[in-house]
Amino acid sequence: MSDQILSTTPKAAHTRRLPQVNPVYFILAALIVAIILNNPAFAEPAGYMNFLKRAAPLAILAAGQLYVIVSGGFDLSVGSLITLVVVGSSMLLNNDPNATWWVIPVMFGIGLAVGLINGLVVCYLKVPSLIATLGMMITLNGFAFMWSGGAPRGYLPDSFRYFGRVNIMDVPLIRMLPVALIVLITVGFVLNWLMHRTNLGRMIHAIGDNPRAAQLAGVPVNRVRIIAFVVSSLSAVVTGILLGGFAGVSTDVGTGYELQAITAAVLGGAQLLGGRGSVPAAIAGALTLTAIFTLLNFLSLPQPVRQVVQGLILIVAVALAMYRRKRTGQ
Amino acid sequence: MSDATVGQVPATRPRFHFDRWAPALLLMAAVAIYVAACVMTGQTQYLNWSNLLAVVGRSIALGITAIGQTFVILVASIDLSVASLISATAVLASVIMNGAPTMIVPAVAAALALGVTVGLVNGLIITRLDVNPLIATLGVSLVIQGCLSAFVSNFAGSVPPEFQFFAYGNLAGIPFAILFFFALAIAAFLVLRFTRFGSNIYAVGGNQDAAHFAGISTRKVIVITHVICSLCATLAGLYLASRLRSGAPWIGANGVYDLESIAVVVIGGTVLAGGRGGIWGTVAGVMIFSLIDSIFNVLGVDAFVKQVLRGAIIVAAVALYAARSRRIVG
Repeated sequence: MSDQILSTTPKAAHTRRLPQVNPVYFILAALIVAIILNNPAFAEPAGYMNFLKRAAPLAILAAGQLYVIVSGGFDLSVGSLITLVVVGSSMLLNNDPNATWWVIPVMFGIGLAVGLINGLVVCYLKVPSLIATLGMMITLNGFAFMWSGGAPRGYLPDSFRYFGRVNIMDVPLIRMLPVALIVLITVGFVLNWLMHRTNLGRMIHAIGDNPRAAQLAGVPVNRVRIIAFVVSSLSAVVTGILLGGFAGVSTDVGTGYELQAITAAVLGGAQLLGGRGSVPAAIAGALTLTAIFTLLNFLSLPQPVRQVVQGLILIVAVALAMYRRKRTGQ
Repeated sequence: MSDATVGQVPATRPRFHFDRWAPALLLMAAVAIYVAACVMTGQTQYLNWSNLLAVVGRSIALGITAIGQTFVILVASIDLSVASLISATAVLASVIMNGAPTMIVPAVAAALALGVTVGLVNGLIITRLDVNPLIATLGVSLVIQGCLSAFVSNFAGSVPPEFQFFAYGNLAGIPFAILFFFALAIAAFLVLRFTRFGSNIYAVGGNQDAAHFAGISTRKVIVITHVICSLCATLAGLYLASRLRSGAPWIGANGVYDLESIAVVVIGGTVLAGGRGGIWGTVAGVMIFSLIDSIFNVLGVDAFVKQVLRGAIIVAAVALYAARSRRIVG
């Protein structure tokens, strides 16, 4: 109510003249400049391509998480789903490179099932998504332990690690192109189209903004929310396959990724509890987070300092976004 | 005036509110299953007073944390920083004491001061900077954990035998820690039920705008609940330091006190959206949690299967009374 009054005042009109660009892009640009100043090799293809390759899993995960966040929920189960994908793949593959072609669809099947269960539990059992996906996180971690007997063994064959690990060399202009980046661009494009160019995306926004109003307007609330959870779980499967490419097989590959994904989406301006968010900005948020870690690495700061900086940046980013939103009256 | 009409109209029988009694019913079911499991496996030696105390005593730290978490969840906030605060206070207290009984009072005072500070910081970030509580407390948690790991990486300091009374002492045949837990629960109940501050908490949690228009200083209420929550986490940290005889920077994170305390509160019937719930539900939730563990132990369930079931039980317990809600949950 007061928002509309604010936007017609001359002061608000004055601030309107500035183009509305998501600040995450400026932060990302500033961080990249800082990294290049610290380490000129970063401006070479080998530098930034490796950076993009490392950031790709988190970026895909953040884009998937965004679907659930915009629809007004959380998905805490993605981290343990990543672990399950990596551990499960190594168990199913059993060092047989030719098994990759059927193991990957099986993993997507698991992701589909996990997303469906999350969505059904939230929509029909009315369990808040925070608790429902927390339960799923604990359960999936248990499954990963059970499947591997506590000590995952074996390694992933190269045919499976192809997606996360390989760089296509001798590409004109950029010399090398990581497969992970191709996956990121493809997934990012599809998720962006689905969120910002289709009715599904509009319905997800509507549900996050005001579920009751969306329901009265004829949005199939439950179906759309379930789809959001499925998208998030499938993106976690893609992330798991990419991470399997460069991380080893262990039962804590995915630990902490759920919070990093939420952080990345929030850095990209997504509003927790729904109604606002953008896929490219979430991807930029993931790149920003990875850039912060890279920069702290170059400054050779110890791990604890990284944690402190991550915490401070998280709070400051959201506080600034809220301040900006209040001033511009949006 | 209305008394007269009440006198004429036959008093309607108080309706049975399933939601209100669900935690008690769950607890009774858990006790019944526990007893049945003991009888069926022929381990009736577990059905005695001292084992009952052991079952309760197992989750004192979780219980103390959950009492504080109940306050913040009642005002529709949340606190993810409790786990790292528990580690921080345990380390701080045991380093200050360093085996000297004379340093107990300064150590406890320092720990409580840390708790108040963290609570104030959480509360002020949430109320003044309008940062989503999930993000604010996650950020503060990262900062605390980072600062802590920068200084200590292993068990630090030691707790004098006098202070170990907190965890190991007995009063009238009952462990002091259990008495302390129930005293704290009763105090929390009295505050919530009989003080103006308690009513304000429910008002703010129910509808923050309405509470604001009714003249309640909502920001102050939210800040104070966060201070209470952090103080409870501090007490849990002191208890753990006393029980482990020393503090280590991982005890909070290892116990997953942040997410588990939230799960316990929600199982106890307190609604994440705020405004409904209470302390006894939380106490029942804590009991249910430790009974589940005991049941698994009696039945000899495999550790990994235990974890799988645990996640499912959390969701099922919440679903039991949430499923009938007609609202769209977040």
